[in-house]
Amino acid sequence: MESKLMRAVLRVWVALVLAFLFVPIALIVLYAFNRSNIESWPISGFSLHWFAIAWDDPQVRSAFLLSVRVGLFATALALLLGSAVAYALQQFRFFGREAISLLLVLPLALPGIITGIALNSFFSFTGIQFGTLTVVIGHTTFCIVVVYNNVIARLRRTPGSLAEASMDLGARGWQTLRHVTLPLTATALVSGALLAFALSFDEVIVTVFTAGAQNTLPLWIFGAIRLGQQLPEVNAVVTIVILLTIIPVVIAARMAGTGGVTRSGRNV
Amino acid sequence: MMTTRQRSGLRSAIAFGVAALSLITAACSSSGGSGSQSAGGNGGGSTSGQTVPTANLPVLQKVGKGEGQLNLIAWEGYLDPKWVKPFQQQTGCTVNAKYAGSSDEMVSLMKDGGGGQYDMVSSSGDADLRILYAGDAHPVNINLIPSWKDFFPAFQSPPFNTINGVHYGVSLQWGPNVLMYNTKDFTTAPSSWNIIYDPKYKGQVTVPDNPIQIADAALYLKTAKPSLGITDPYELTQTQFQAAVSLLASQRPLIEKYWTLASQEIFDFKNGNAVVGAGWPYQVSALKADKFTIGSVVPSEGATGWADTWMLAAKAPHPNCAYLWMQYISTPKVQAEQAVTYGETPDNKLACSYMDQMQAGSCAEFHANAPASYLNSISLWKTPIATCDNGKPECMPYSDWVNAWNTQVK
Amino acid sequence: MHALLRLGKRVEHTGQVTPSGAEVRTAEQAGSDGWWARVSAVLWRRPWARATLLLTPPLAWFVLIYLAALVVLLITAFWQINPFTTNIERVWSLDNLKTIFTTPAYLTIIARTVGMAAAVTVVDAIVAFPFAYFMARVAAPRTRTILFVAILLPLWASYLAKVYSWLLIFTHGGFLDWSLGRLGLGQVHLIYTNWAVFTVFCYLWLPYMIIPVYAALERVPASQIEASQDLGARTWRTLRLVLFPLALPGIAAGAIFTFSLTLGDYITPLLVGGTSANFMGNVIYSNIGIANNVPFAAAMALIPIAIMTVYLLGARALGAFEAM
Repeated sequence: MESKLMRAVLRVWVALVLAFLFVPIALIVLYAFNRSNIESWPISGFSLHWFAIAWDDPQVRSAFLLSVRVGLFATALALLLGSAVAYALQQFRFFGREAISLLLVLPLALPGIITGIALNSFFSFTGIQFGTLTVVIGHTTFCIVVVYNNVIARLRRTPGSLAEASMDLGARGWQTLRHVTLPLTATALVSGALLAFALSFDEVIVTVFTAGAQNTLPLWIFGAIRLGQQLPEVNAVVTIVILLTIIPVVIAARMAGTGGVTRSGRNV
Repeated sequence: MMTTRQRSGLRSAIAFGVAALSLITAACSSSGGSGSQSAGGNGGGSTSGQTVPTANLPVLQKVGKGEGQLNLIAWEGYLDPKWVKPFQQQTGCTVNAKYAGSSDEMVSLMKDGGGGQYDMVSSSGDADLRILYAGDAHPVNINLIPSWKDFFPAFQSPPFNTINGVHYGVSLQWGPNVLMYNTKDFTTAPSSWNIIYDPKYKGQVTVPDNPIQIADAALYLKTAKPSLGITDPYELTQTQFQAAVSLLASQRPLIEKYWTLASQEIFDFKNGNAVVGAGWPYQVSALKADKFTIGSVVPSEGATGWADTWMLAAKAPHPNCAYLWMQYISTPKVQAEQAVTYGETPDNKLACSYMDQMQAGSCAEFHANAPASYLNSISLWKTPIATCDNGKPECMPYSDWVNAWNTQVK
Repeated sequence: MHALLRLGKRVEHTGQVTPSGAEVRTAEQAGSDGWWARVSAVLWRRPWARATLLLTPPLAWFVLIYLAALVVLLITAFWQINPFTTNIERVWSLDNLKTIFTTPAYLTIIARTVGMAAAVTVVDAIVAFPFAYFMARVAAPRTRTILFVAILLPLWASYLAKVYSWLLIFTHGGFLDWSLGRLGLGQVHLIYTNWAVFTVFCYLWLPYMIIPVYAALERVPASQIEASQDLGARTWRTLRLVLFPLALPGIAAGAIFTFSLTLGDYITPLLVGGTSANFMGNVIYSNIGIANNVPFAAAMALIPIAIMTVYLLGARALGAFEAM
């Protein structure tokens, strides 16, 4: 349908957008090799010692581990709760269905700072101590939405007749779930889980308001930014994280591409 | 018999109703969200007649084994690995740092006695009383901190951390808010604060994003406009207050960015976004360590400053580690280390010789040997309250400072 | 068979023969598996039991935690604090809201925030559409996957590190000045201006706009495009009258993210903005985290909640919820 000119223009546009997206990322990686404590342009000297410092830093390690722990808990809970509500909303029509789907959009549609201060007030009010638990609660809330979006989109595209056929052939509800519905939605679950984990791992604002004295990785990064003296260490840590996540991202992209529908999530 | 739809709808409606109802009931019945008694009186009023809610809590009698962790709220630069690492090795208490950039932030983090999360806070004089009267601090057994005996008398039981003989923390160090300048742009140190109000430096000035900055303007006006009659920059009548606020409002066009994080000021000086401004010695030290052309001075009008205390949180989860820290940070060598690295004045008399060992001349440079006269030239931060020192209720309380800062200055 | 498939209502199978002739096992016939079979049977025969089982945990979470938290926040907006100790005093009053709506400074802040959110949304939509179009309809499958990875990867780089990176780009003598200098284009002064904040917001949320638009465009069957062309419409008309309306739900979905993310963000204005970068998020944050005036922060938070509620109703009308 498109003319040659239009295709050429599109290609240029895509290239420009990619450049726009990746120049700052490239700079992040570049500054990881900056010798100086304080960052400025141009870079005066290069060095690898920040990677060594980041590797040895116990604060970085505990922050990283806490982020991973929180991410895993939140994703697991989100998978259970998000897919449950997606299945329920897909299969059953009942009074309040619209309201529930509106409710489920809220954690992503309302700015993160609102979720953060609401949960903060709530925890203070009810006397729940701030710590890993409160962070997990905060993260799970928006992770559920991400998983829900992914799964329900897939369920909407899955013909209901498949499940019916399975029932007709004598399978019980549980067997249908295991052998028919789950495999069909598997890729949606996996990509939802990956996206949920990604969002939880990098979440800042809700975490600021729901964390105790322990730092997740983004909180540690924010603390390092406050100090302003060891910023290349932050760049080194972020570079390592980017490298570590290339593989899951490729997997997610493959899954989203193959017949599944893409879902977007939130960072904040 | 209800249909599926009606049943599910009813169920969700009931659930929501119950939840909402129980919350509202809880809201109306139970006591305050922060758990402590309000300090009474006509809010924002004078502190005389108020009691510290936690004054009668029992103090620790003996320092036991460390709990393995210590959660501290600190100013940027107060938890340098240089002295934190040896502490961790000696005591086994791993230090978790939470940085705060203003007294307000510290008061906020300490609410509800530190929330059972934080053990101590390195608060300045203007935060201490607010923390104390909110019931967020715990009495400290000063006898468990032997190095306290070597402190300068002025800092052993100062009014901002000791009420009626009860200590709530141990004094730490103190210092001025200095005038920072790029030595490439100013070959000689500026002699007056008027330089940061000078339109010649439009777009090149930076000052802290903190309502207490009004006191700096007032301090400048004390000398620049004696007719206003300002004596104490924290006790300002309506007229004096408005003059200070107007001065700051007129300064606004000169400022590209009010710094909130210490690193922002460091970044701005290094990258040429600012050439002159108000800051802490920490930024100066950081820039000097990076070999940048920075200079700092306390101009002729004097400067505001701060005296910090390591205050113990009412609900500190690791009291033993907290006491170990208080003792450690009060020893002469560590006091010297912090003073030289940060650029402030230690409270321990014996730190002087260690300072000169670490950096020649630093003892005199930071006035660690003759603090009394120097101390008088610095107006230490304190919380502005409605009752002036002369007893008249005509001064502006801090809430007005916050309001003016957010709506008239910024 | 399809006659039985009344919109989601399950029909009980009790030993009958379906129209296709297969015999259906009942739970009793399969009863040799014990109590698990019985539970399964109960659940199978009572759809509302399944619905309840599936819905209760997530709904309980949402209602008892999230909604309850929002309700607590709403209530707090009508309370006050003791100015000296900053403890919350449960004195009901409308003062906080009154202050917000009568102080010009706050009204400016609200207008500025909404304006910024709208601008970012529009620009991101414009930038995203051709990109998503290329991905969905022009690119080969392998290129598509590569582009998809390219979109997702920035989401894994720390938000804070990305914003800080822009600081280094915009600063006096920074990467941008250096590049422009190399090209002989002179210097620009963008650091600590709202242009910088705007650019960073556009940058941060762009992937969140591209993905739903791509999904919407990808779903358009080629037959519709062909039909449009068969009817005589050339490329531009097809784009305007066929593709764009079909992509609208995707744009609306992406717009929810870009709008709400910008509406509440305080970190980017804090790091990259200057003296006029005071947005609603900053006011809320400084009141909670610094002034400890939770009631005022809550009152201020009511405004984005109201704005987003209106926005969501509009977005739903555009079909955004199905496109998310």
